[in-house]
Amino acid sequence: MTTREVHVSAITDAVKKLCMEANYDLEPDMLRAFDRALQTERSAAGKQVLQILKDNAEMARTKKMPYCQDTGMVVCFVDVGQDVQVTGGSLTDAINAGVRQGYTEGYLRASIVRSPFDRVNTGDNTPAVIHPELVPGAQIAIKVMAKGGGCENRSKYKMLTPAEGVDGVKEWVLECVRTAGPDACPPLVLGVGIGGTFEKAALLSKKALFREVGSPNPDPVLDGLEKELLDRANRLGIGPQGYGGDTTAFAIHLLSYPCHITSLPVAVTIECHAHRHKEVTL
Amino acid sequence: MPRAPAQGSDTLITTGADGIKDVTPPLSDAEAETLRAGDRVRITGVLFTARDAAHGRLLPLMDAGQPLPIDVRGQIIYYTGPSPARPGEVVGSIGPTTGGRMDKFTPKLYSLGLKGTIGKGGRSQPVKDALRQHKAVYMGAIGGAGAVLSRFVKRVEVVAYDDLGTEAIRRLEVEGFPVIVINDCHGGDLYQDGIKQFARQ
Repeated sequence: MTTREVHVSAITDAVKKLCMEANYDLEPDMLRAFDRALQTERSAAGKQVLQILKDNAEMARTKKMPYCQDTGMVVCFVDVGQDVQVTGGSLTDAINAGVRQGYTEGYLRASIVRSPFDRVNTGDNTPAVIHPELVPGAQIAIKVMAKGGGCENRSKYKMLTPAEGVDGVKEWVLECVRTAGPDACPPLVLGVGIGGTFEKAALLSKKALFREVGSPNPDPVLDGLEKELLDRANRLGIGPQGYGGDTTAFAIHLLSYPCHITSLPVAVTIECHAHRHKEVTL
Repeated sequence: MPRAPAQGSDTLITTGADGIKDVTPPLSDAEAETLRAGDRVRITGVLFTARDAAHGRLLPLMDAGQPLPIDVRGQIIYYTGPSPARPGEVVGSIGPTTGGRMDKFTPKLYSLGLKGTIGKGGRSQPVKDALRQHKAVYMGAIGGAGAVLSRFVKRVEVVAYDDLGTEAIRRLEVEGFPVIVINDCHGGDLYQDGIKQFARQ
């Protein structure tokens, strides 16, 4: 069997570009979500917020300035093909070099402190949070998310009992929307990981955010659940920026995994309307 | 930083033909009292930026009764940490951060004469009580609209804690900076009103 070599410089270049593009160019699915919400939103203040956010996206794109000043902590999912050999250095260092270059050269904010206790800024937004996974094949797929702090601070985890079941899951997700409220910059996008273990559920909740907003969940059961949850979230009345309205969330994405007979873990990652992510395959 | 005494203007806040209230700090008690939850406001003049790390440094000074690097009397603090400016630009993106993280520090600042704060998200009951007691307001700028909000910033100068980078205290000169009153000194709360109006069964 042959292996394909990928030099770390290609990984660094790719991550640098993804970090910059994610912060300047909101994905088209989010722009479509703004347009859909403008059709349905009853609140005048809410409509005005949505229109300003559209203008903001346009200004960020054309002036190459970040959509939000909080340019996030970089969360990087890397699917490394088993037949790939990374050459020239470490994968982790290559990714962090890409973040460093992207954030310093791209006029993006340094928002990371080197320790949760002494809180000294690292100055270049490194390190990233990196989730590598080995997959079949000879390619490397890199997914980058610029994860804002205000919304991340409202993310939550709960271990339900199997007896609480699907109704318990629904109530917990809606509780997370309520407690995120105006603080997390609605309209929100929610990633929900259900099942696995404590850390598996959290990882799934982040992964779920990469799916296209407005697309159906490929699992029909989860799809039905998503639609019900989104409808109920948007009846809470929180609205764009919490000024009151019908658009509290643009999407709620679920991912599930098998779990222990005793467990029903549910992790909810709260994401704001500055839902910035990009991906590339090398 | 010179500490000339701030003087509240005697001129009450005016409302434009578009229904937006025009505000120029420093604010007097009487002016702060005219601002009501849900009011759209346009600020022209000076704002001071401060967020988590800067507040962390102000707290021991306040506790010790020592002077602060800025005279907060009548002024408005904007909770933001801008992204770096490109060459030729005044500032990078400059939207609000979550106000609630400053709750620990805010009542004390209002007691020293601060008249307004700008952020996004809910505030604690002690902050709301301080608004009532000291005649002040909490206003919201649109979170995540950092690029658009940069248009209203005409000048930026670091006035304290430069070592904090984006978290330094900056003096902004703004023109028509758009905000909305979230909590007023009469107990008004835009977030609660919004949910009451739009929640559906």
